[in-house]
Amino acid sequence: MRIPLSWLREFAAVPAGATAEDVMAELVKVGFEEEEVHRPTDALQGPIVVGQVLSIVKEPQTNGKTINWCQVRVVPEGQAQTLTGDGIDPSGVQGIICGAHNFVEGDKVVVTLPGAVLPGNFHISARKTYGHLSAGMIASVRELGIGEDHDGILVLSRIGLDPEIGADAMDLLGLYDEAAEINVTPDRGYAFSIRGVAREYAHATGTSFTDPAAKVQAPAELSGGYGVKLNDDAPIYGKPGCDRFVARTVRGVDATRPTPPWMTSRLRLAGIRSISLPVDISNYVMLELGQPTHCYDLDKLSGDIVVRRAVAGEKITTLDDKERTLDVEDLLITDGSGAIGIAGVMGGAATEVSDSTSNVLVEAAHFDEVSISRSRRRHKLPSEASKRFERGVDWQVAGIAAQRVVDLLVELAGGAADEAGTDVGTAPDAVTIALPAAFAAQRIGIDFTEEQITTSLVDLGAVVEKADGGWTVTAPSWRNDLETKEDLSEEIARLVGYDNIPATLPVAPPGRGLTRVQQQRRRLIQALADAGLTEVLAYPFVSKAANDTFGVAEQGAARSAVKLANPISEEHGYLRTSILPGLIEVAKRNHSRGFRDLAIFESGLVFLPGGTTGTASIPPLGAKPSDEVLDALYDGVPDQPLYVAAVLTGHDSPAAAGHTPRMWDWSDALDIARLAGDVLGVEIVVSQGAHQAFHPGRAAQLSLRTGEVVGYAGELHPKLLAAQDMPARSVALEFNADTLFEAAADVIVARHISTFPVATQDVALVVPRDIPADHVLEALREGAGELLEDVALFDVYVGKGIEEGKKSLAFGLRFRATDRTLTADEASAAREAAVALAAERFGAVQR
Amino acid sequence: MTETLPGAAIPNPTDEAAITAAVDQAIAAIAGAGTLDELKAVRLAHTGEKSPLSLANREIGGLPKDQKAVAGKLMGSSRGRVNKALADRTAELEAENDARILLEETVDVTAAPRRRRAGARHPLSTLQDRVADIFVGMGWEIAEGPEVESEWFNFDALNFKPDHPAREMQDTFFVEPPEAHLLMRTHTSPVQVRSMLEREVPIYVLCPGKVFRTDELDATHTPVFHQFEGLAIDRKLSMADLRGTLEHFARQMFGDEAQIRLRPNYFPFTEPSAELDIWHPGAKGGPRWIEWGGCGMVNPNVLRAAGIDPDIYSGFAFGMGIERTLMFRNEVGDMRDMIEGDVRFSEHFGMEI
Repeated sequence: MRIPLSWLREFAAVPAGATAEDVMAELVKVGFEEEEVHRPTDALQGPIVVGQVLSIVKEPQTNGKTINWCQVRVVPEGQAQTLTGDGIDPSGVQGIICGAHNFVEGDKVVVTLPGAVLPGNFHISARKTYGHLSAGMIASVRELGIGEDHDGILVLSRIGLDPEIGADAMDLLGLYDEAAEINVTPDRGYAFSIRGVAREYAHATGTSFTDPAAKVQAPAELSGGYGVKLNDDAPIYGKPGCDRFVARTVRGVDATRPTPPWMTSRLRLAGIRSISLPVDISNYVMLELGQPTHCYDLDKLSGDIVVRRAVAGEKITTLDDKERTLDVEDLLITDGSGAIGIAGVMGGAATEVSDSTSNVLVEAAHFDEVSISRSRRRHKLPSEASKRFERGVDWQVAGIAAQRVVDLLVELAGGAADEAGTDVGTAPDAVTIALPAAFAAQRIGIDFTEEQITTSLVDLGAVVEKADGGWTVTAPSWRNDLETKEDLSEEIARLVGYDNIPATLPVAPPGRGLTRVQQQRRRLIQALADAGLTEVLAYPFVSKAANDTFGVAEQGAARSAVKLANPISEEHGYLRTSILPGLIEVAKRNHSRGFRDLAIFESGLVFLPGGTTGTASIPPLGAKPSDEVLDALYDGVPDQPLYVAAVLTGHDSPAAAGHTPRMWDWSDALDIARLAGDVLGVEIVVSQGAHQAFHPGRAAQLSLRTGEVVGYAGELHPKLLAAQDMPARSVALEFNADTLFEAAADVIVARHISTFPVATQDVALVVPRDIPADHVLEALREGAGELLEDVALFDVYVGKGIEEGKKSLAFGLRFRATDRTLTADEASAAREAAVALAAERFGAVQR
Repeated sequence: MTETLPGAAIPNPTDEAAITAAVDQAIAAIAGAGTLDELKAVRLAHTGEKSPLSLANREIGGLPKDQKAVAGKLMGSSRGRVNKALADRTAELEAENDARILLEETVDVTAAPRRRRAGARHPLSTLQDRVADIFVGMGWEIAEGPEVESEWFNFDALNFKPDHPAREMQDTFFVEPPEAHLLMRTHTSPVQVRSMLEREVPIYVLCPGKVFRTDELDATHTPVFHQFEGLAIDRKLSMADLRGTLEHFARQMFGDEAQIRLRPNYFPFTEPSAELDIWHPGAKGGPRWIEWGGCGMVNPNVLRAAGIDPDIYSGFAFGMGIERTLMFRNEVGDMRDMIEGDVRFSEHFGMEI
């Protein structure tokens, strides 16, 4: 909301020297954030004066144009020019070249004299042009920055002015005024008016306030006016769409009269363009009182006005000349011809006022917030009117606003008001709130005095009555946001000042610290970072193709994914089922910036829709839903496990003197996955994996001992890397961290440490090439029995001496007993048993 | 050097002068040996089988019995002196040799390669942990929840009326199909609701996490960002408790000089509501108040939605942006630096903020 200061001063005690910044500094204390200052003089400087055109000499040019060589008097005849400076003629008459032709000798115009500055940092000076010294400019509204009309210069008589020659045109046009723009929170509809803001300014400064509504003399009752029926047969939430409709008639207006500059100036500062006198008046009253009104051309209306819901298929052409198909929930203003307006949102084209309008019907109605809000959204028609109606307008002010419009039409447009008028509808019950005496103090933590409480509330406009144990407070009609004692406590605190709230530190009960999962997550992330990986964050928005490639379910089928209804880009219209697409994007971004050796990781949620998606309805607010309803809400939310993924490209370290870096390879991906298992105390079982995003021969499936698959690691598919313009041999891994967290042992049982000597034995086994080494190792472990302390693969050999299709695996076995020193025979026996099982399972032959 | 002294007469083992001369000669040669190799030659020449002293020593066997003891004694002490000189010189030369080898092994330590790269945490993630630790230290619990959420938890339970403009101001990502009432949470407040439903009062929880709004990425906006929200529900909590908690937290984060300011504002889920500003003495362009977040006393409708009796319990809530905090605390000038994943951004911070 933009507040022209001259307007605010009419109703609040704003100091004469106060700037828009000063006003904003006061309003922020009562909860209106500062937005912007609108000050014409920031872009406009005088001397800009009223001049009278004495003579015009038309001079045709070789290019076919005709220019005017004008003599313009800028000082009253007989008086001396008091201004001095380059190009200011001491005679008081300036010679000016002008290309526009919409004025005649004798017209009074706005002259920007040499030394003036116009918007766009346009400096006016005397300059030679078309064979004359042109000393100044006859200005158009556009050049002054006060309108769009570029065609001609501003002839003051046409905006109803006949000022003194030499008068300050900036003053005349209201250009010394300025506006403070503040942010109005959605609960405070009343502050979308000078009336509301002036009251708040008074609250903020403790000064007086004059209610603009109180200055209007509206009749207590109206009757005999235009026929209006309120006929809502489908109220929303039981509230009628329209509960008041005031209609007033003004006859014999001249709609073509210019809007006076004081009004256009204020409208402009408030951000509203001047359209025509009746429309400007309607807007002016809306800004002043917060009540949107509408002017109909009375002669274009037929039959009674009926406010009703639309019927299916009904259409209207709105003021913006667009035909709109209406919804049965839309509240309409209709007459005998059908719809003439979407209530509170936009009027219809057929009945709008025009230059030929002479009889005006003024509407000031009160509409239901929800109904207006829905129509506005449905038709995407945000308007100044709908903005106010959806936040709530003072029911009581409708009659006053209508009267104000009538008064201005009579005063400025020369009309005569009918005595008869219409005022139908029923006032909603006033909201009364019981405020226990101690409540505000308890909630705010300030020991308010009784006087502070009652004065604050009375200042707001509330009626405060003493009641048993406190007060009964009747909220003012313009404050539809005040419904509860909590609301009142905020108002009291706001008016007394939030700065007076003391600070006390409440003590929470003894806590549990971080949960185990929270600790596991931290440890995991820290371990990956410690291991040399860099944590990055990527957006969860991915393409369908990315999800199809990376989000592979156990069976190899693409996972279903969550689709956004309103994504930022359609290309990234889905939520990720894998972290990897985002990481690859990040990797590519780093590559493009010259960093090709990368080890990056991200931990984040992925989105895996399950059987049910959401709920068909949602329970109402302000009440705890039943357990069944809550369960349905919980169940409808997609599964969102925490995944951790990493991408490694290029080399493992920077090249340096005496150090040759190593290319990351598939085994690094496995190594990092296993490290993750290590730090969580979970064994990760690796097996040959198949995943379409990975190299078919260099991918591992990561599982738990139980067989549950937790992820994949290995070299990314060469075709995918080529398509993504990623370095060849880039590797990646991804696993479900939640599953790992869950698999970690709650309590780790200690193992006895034997101090008896170790007996080591090596064994080389020849097995078919396709037998995984890990399986052979497992057979050795099982076969060796409990004397085996550890077994490790230390060499894989293929080549000379080994039969085609076979390989030799060398294992080191460490034996130790818990209770004695092993003999060589015992160790050998255990080794033989181990080899025997490997032979049995895989045909392993000892070399 | 030669191994023997050719033509030298074999000294008489009883001739003390001759023997002493031989010893002196040997000791001089030992002292003159500059390397271990030279010393080896000296050793052979003066203590080898054909050296004068060895040959003289061999002569003792042929001496008359009465001279044997004298000669034995003379030769013993003489050879002892030579051997000691040899041992001393050997130790000296070995020490010199060792020192030389170590000197030769000198490296340029400034040219050492970095083989192990330290990784880095993302500062948003580090800062989130730091914030959580402060509240855990105060006895609070950390609560988390899903990022795709039911509309009820994100809006209705938080007292956003279905058609109220406040609901639209959240610029929400909705999930297909719209009839399913799912969305991407616009704040972490749904976690507060879940916390209230899951826990017994008193409740003191902090809810950090990712949130989503349909803003295009630019220098100050991002569609995905992080928040931390706090919620306390207990008997007789007031706005003074809210201020005290925020003040304590601000001082833990920014030092003892930190100050906060509350300004009236509006949120559907709190009443009264306030905007939270923090005094930033080190702000770029001079000390000033910086908007940090929103807060207020929990609206009774929010308590009712969670089955908590607002006549018995009251509570406060607050929420701040992690990106915003990092921006003014660590002078991050452009939102995109935090979002794009450029490794230089994280690596500059390392494990710290």
